[in-house]
Amino acid sequence: MTIKIFDAWQGLPLDGILEQCQILVEDTDYNAVKRWREDGGKIVGHFQVYFPEEIVHAAGMLPFKVRGASVDATHSDSRFGSYLCSILKTSLELAMSDRLELEMFVSHPICDAARNLAAIWGRNFDYPCQILYLPQNANSSHSINYLKDEYDRLKKEIETIAGKKITDDDLRASLAVFNENRKLLRELYAIKRDSPWKITATEAYILMAIGGMIPREEHNELLSHTIPLIKSRDVKSQDKMRIVIEGGFCEQPPLDFLRTVDRYCYVVDDDLLIGLRWILEDISLDGDPMFNLAEAYLEKSSYSPVQHDLRKPKEKMLVDRIKKSKAEAAIVTAAKMCEPGLEDQVTYTIALEEENIPFFIGEFEENMTSFDHTEIQLETFVENLLFD
Amino acid sequence: MTTAPESIVGRGNRDGAALFRQWFEKITQTAEKEQNAAYVFVMGSISEILRTFDFTMVFPEINSLQTAIRRVSDEYLDEAEDQGYSPDICGYVKADVAVQLRGGEHPMGRIPKPTIGVLTNACNTYIKWAEIWERMYQTPIFTIDVPGSREAGSLNPQNESNYKNDLRYVEIQLQELISKCEEITGIKFDPDRLREVLGYSNDMSRGWKKVLELNSNRPSLFNALTDGTVYLGVANCFRGTEIGSKFFSDLVEEMEYKAAQGIGTLTDEKYRLGFVGVPCYPIFRHFNEFFTDWGGTFVNSTYLWFASGGTNHGFEYDLTNPIESLAEGILLNVRGAMDSMFYHENALIDMIDNQFVDGMVFHPIKSCRTVSTGLADSRRSLMTKRDIPSLFIESDMMDKRVVSEAQLKNRIDAFFEGLAVRKQRESITA
Ligand code: SF4
Ligand code: SF4
Repeated sequence: MTIKIFDAWQGLPLDGILEQCQILVEDTDYNAVKRWREDGGKIVGHFQVYFPEEIVHAAGMLPFKVRGASVDATHSDSRFGSYLCSILKTSLELAMSDRLELEMFVSHPICDAARNLAAIWGRNFDYPCQILYLPQNANSSHSINYLKDEYDRLKKEIETIAGKKITDDDLRASLAVFNENRKLLRELYAIKRDSPWKITATEAYILMAIGGMIPREEHNELLSHTIPLIKSRDVKSQDKMRIVIEGGFCEQPPLDFLRTVDRYCYVVDDDLLIGLRWILEDISLDGDPMFNLAEAYLEKSSYSPVQHDLRKPKEKMLVDRIKKSKAEAAIVTAAKMCEPGLEDQVTYTIALEEENIPFFIGEFEENMTSFDHTEIQLETFVENLLFD
Repeated sequence: MTTAPESIVGRGNRDGAALFRQWFEKITQTAEKEQNAAYVFVMGSISEILRTFDFTMVFPEINSLQTAIRRVSDEYLDEAEDQGYSPDICGYVKADVAVQLRGGEHPMGRIPKPTIGVLTNACNTYIKWAEIWERMYQTPIFTIDVPGSREAGSLNPQNESNYKNDLRYVEIQLQELISKCEEITGIKFDPDRLREVLGYSNDMSRGWKKVLELNSNRPSLFNALTDGTVYLGVANCFRGTEIGSKFFSDLVEEMEYKAAQGIGTLTDEKYRLGFVGVPCYPIFRHFNEFFTDWGGTFVNSTYLWFASGGTNHGFEYDLTNPIESLAEGILLNVRGAMDSMFYHENALIDMIDNQFVDGMVFHPIKSCRTVSTGLADSRRSLMTKRDIPSLFIESDMMDKRVVSEAQLKNRIDAFFEGLAVRKQRESITA
């Protein structure tokens, strides 16, 4: 691919860059992605939460993070019953309304709803729609080897679609690009943690989310240019409460939800789009790159309600996240109808009570439009804590 | 000795009910004597291994559904919701939370605390559920991860390297489970005992497959929604036992006898129906009567497939190679159970063709996204392949608050009126 699919930010000051990024993130026609396709590029859509994007990247295709959207489920609604989270419907809607054309769709066994999605998608489209069986026994001695085999299986599928063999060196080159990307995202999050007045949760989110839509090299260029500008931003610190948001691992809260939170708090850490930051350290480029990629998923990774790992009790991980980011409180939210998210709310709140960490419980939907209630609750929560 | 015919007919239901009471007595005794209890799930209970370590098998799903059948589930659900569990999560989980909070008190007896929790990934909520016991009691939790079909029609490519990789993964996990059980119970694993259990399981799987096939008979021999659920209870609770083995050979005998004598269910069969989903336990009998009152009988259901852990396929273990064969059986059975939920289209077409189904009833439920998420679309897709009337009704298997009897009845009545018109038309054009 020779063209840049997102260059509208170049030459602009920070505010202009952020504005262009927001336009891209909110563009439900995915014009940038269309540019990739118009230039002959192929696309693999992968559903939340984590996907080994490096494999698709190594084949010269675009891995697109399917994470729902702010659209009406006009076409897809009839494909689903009631009592389901919104992200399933809006994700399929993107494909059914031709906003998103794919060569392949991959879902994962993250939850009961998502594992059905590949089957539903497959009944509606002719291209391959598969489940990537990420291991759900993270503690078997064989899990890494199993996952390497599963990645090799996926690689063969991708090679067929790309019409190109993926060599170990291709894969190493992609690992290097994604290592760089994760490093930049860690820097972005370090700013949130160390000087949260320099970037709002909304701005950081937009900058991060773009990564799932454009080639990672472009994202790296954008972040490398923007992070120093954010660091040197001349903004004064305010007396706002430092909080952690938990519950954005799959369906995403709308930007207005984040803006509401920004008005009252500094969001110093969160699990929004955690899949993009799932791997916590650089993946080694030495040895077998596929094994290294598989190992990192299990051994160098974050946590979420959709992975059970005896070594990572989620409530301890959350408490850790709060302590490391020096947060004073947490917003423990969940997408409406999200079984794993709602179940873990109970686990989290029990632990937070034990640790005496104040928390605010809520639910959201990606397409919610009224935030008055959230705002009043949040305001009351913050005031109560300030005057406690 | 030949059994007197009058005692054959209905024996499966009588024996099944008696065995079920016996099973609850056993788990009550286990609770009272504080013996080892393994909490397991119907889609891949791994009973074969756990029985060799003398665990009493406890099926929290069955405990939960019994609260609904006994019409007290709302009390249990309320109790869990008071603890912060959302109205929008699986009702089985919540009823079990309440059972645990009540110290095991249950309408059928007393439920012991878990010594170990063993689950598969057939339902993701199993994993979330087990995490609750992990936190309540520090119970060791063991997940047997069974990779499912990657896409429609990809089941059983036994010669492919991926299949071998999956099989190896399951086998190693079974060996790790065996070590864990040895550590917990202090009992050394006995392969001969495993062979014995596998032999009984083989009898049961063979019998279960046969029983389901025999229901192609006209009139159908049992109602898949009501009688089938009784048989299913035995298939799960007594898997790998001599009692279970005898029950299924008796059941085959009963069904063959009924087929030979032309004896059907109590319903005067006018319409043969297929059922896709989970039964409506809060109004279990009544729900069925909405159909039988019109002469509708359920000849088969996906529930009998996935809730038996896929043993409907009749896979039999190779006793000369017990662990590897068990791994293969678990891989194929659990994968089959998952396919019955996510990729059941061809199986439904077979059901329609081989069991002479006149109409298909889709019953997604609020509680269970595993089974329900894809049903609207699979119904749509099925309708493009077979010209068969279908009904799509939503309710719940635990929560009476989302079961609207009047609305259900209206929809079901309209469905039968349509079926009647169609039958009439067919008889005119025939
Ligand atoms: S929002 Fe929750 S229920 Fe919906 S797909 Fe994501 S993890 Fe599954
Ligand atoms: S979600 Fe469905 S399959 Fe899973 S435990 Fe609940 S009722 Fe059973």
